[in-house]
Amino acid sequence: MTFKQMFTSSVGKKLVMAFTGIFLVLFLVVHAGLNACIWAMDGGVMFNKAAHFMGSFIVPRILEIGLFLGIFLHIIQGYMLTLENRSKRKIGYEVNYSKGSKWYSRSMAILGTILLMFFVIHWKHFWVPSRITGVEEMDLGNGFIVHNLYAVMQDTFENVWVVLFYVIACISLGYHLAHGFQSAFKTIGVHNKRYHVMINTIGFGFAIIIPLAFALMPISFYLHWVN
Amino acid sequence: MSQNTMNLKVKVWRQRNAKAQGAFVTYDVAGISDEMSFLEMMDILNERLITEGGDPVAFDHDCREGICGMCSMYINGKPHGPWQANTTCQLHMRAFKDGETIVIEPWRANSFPIVKDLTVDRSAFDRIIQAGGYISVNTGNAIDGNSLPIEKQKADDAFAAAMCIGCGACVAACKNSSAMLFLSAKVSHLALLPQGAPERKSRVLKMVAQMDKEGFGSCTNTGACEATCPKEISIANIARLNNEYLGASLSAQ
Repeated sequence: MTFKQMFTSSVGKKLVMAFTGIFLVLFLVVHAGLNACIWAMDGGVMFNKAAHFMGSFIVPRILEIGLFLGIFLHIIQGYMLTLENRSKRKIGYEVNYSKGSKWYSRSMAILGTILLMFFVIHWKHFWVPSRITGVEEMDLGNGFIVHNLYAVMQDTFENVWVVLFYVIACISLGYHLAHGFQSAFKTIGVHNKRYHVMINTIGFGFAIIIPLAFALMPISFYLHWVN
Repeated sequence: MSQNTMNLKVKVWRQRNAKAQGAFVTYDVAGISDEMSFLEMMDILNERLITEGGDPVAFDHDCREGICGMCSMYINGKPHGPWQANTTCQLHMRAFKDGETIVIEPWRANSFPIVKDLTVDRSAFDRIIQAGGYISVNTGNAIDGNSLPIEKQKADDAFAAAMCIGCGACVAACKNSSAMLFLSAKVSHLALLPQGAPERKSRVLKMVAQMDKEGFGSCTNTGACEATCPKEISIANIARLNNEYLGASLSAQ
């Protein structure tokens, strides 16, 4: 069995989804943790310092390349699998079987598409200005100048439609994680029933806490909970 | 206990042969006792069709006691009908109400082509078993069963997996037409026992390869298969299969 055969079999294709999915789950923890600095109530100093660290230190920059690779692999493989799986039943049923599974388990591609649309807009809001077109700078004293991404957030989240779209994306993320988190661990082969209970519990907790933390960020700016 | 009789409408998929265009036909079925089995109701319909000079509805059935895995109807949007942990042959008419329209469809999957009406060709499952779902045993006297110690939990898990009757309800229920619950049951019951150990790695690789060749979809762990399985095969078997596959891929020569 070659490496290629392993990852192109029906089980192997799912392994690609699971490994990249778990990697993206880890990224979410880092992203949410770092962004939580906006609630330090210091006018964005701590947040801008943290963002500066992520943007200038070599390790996060290397991980960023891995992140982009992971996201693109997950997206492309996800769409390919969805199309392939749909093609396996040319004639559908008159009455569909919907009681045996959760709607969000059957709708991962739709939830993923909402997330993809979100990513494009999210990158345009923050990643593109920070990396390419440039943003306003902030002097933290002693010649320590950082990008004022905090001000970009304040500015972006003044628009109610943007806030609403971010919240919808966070809800989609929650449902995507509610299925994806536990499914990824099953795909990589965790079959101990006690671990299943543990993973399901952690997965549901994760699917609520992380998207909630993300959703509270635009809401906090819009409602001026942070200044 | 008094019997209730009911009058029903049966909307059934009719298809003359594998290549013909199929369509639903609705029949009135009168005077059905609620103590009848579902297949007895189908028999009554077929007898009437034969008497009238028509073509009876073709459907698979054999033991009619829930153990052979031949019956295969998709009834009112669920494989094997509305009851849990049940085969079509063990479904009784008391599951339905007087005047109800029952929609009966064949298993739908490219890998299970329709032969006629509700009968589908499930030989893809046989070929998956032929690819590795067996143990090679030398001829000679059978060894004493007690000389092969097996942990109780493993024996129980292996038996639970071996309950799979290969009916194909998992494929019919899955939105991806995936055969993973069937395959995982077959791989699990041999992987858990010492008799299955010598061919353990090559078995899982060959059976997955054959499953892919037969054109079944990938598993997305939605759980529809487990919910409809007449033998309540656990989806944990699929995770075990994934584990077996990953391990065998990395270590088999």
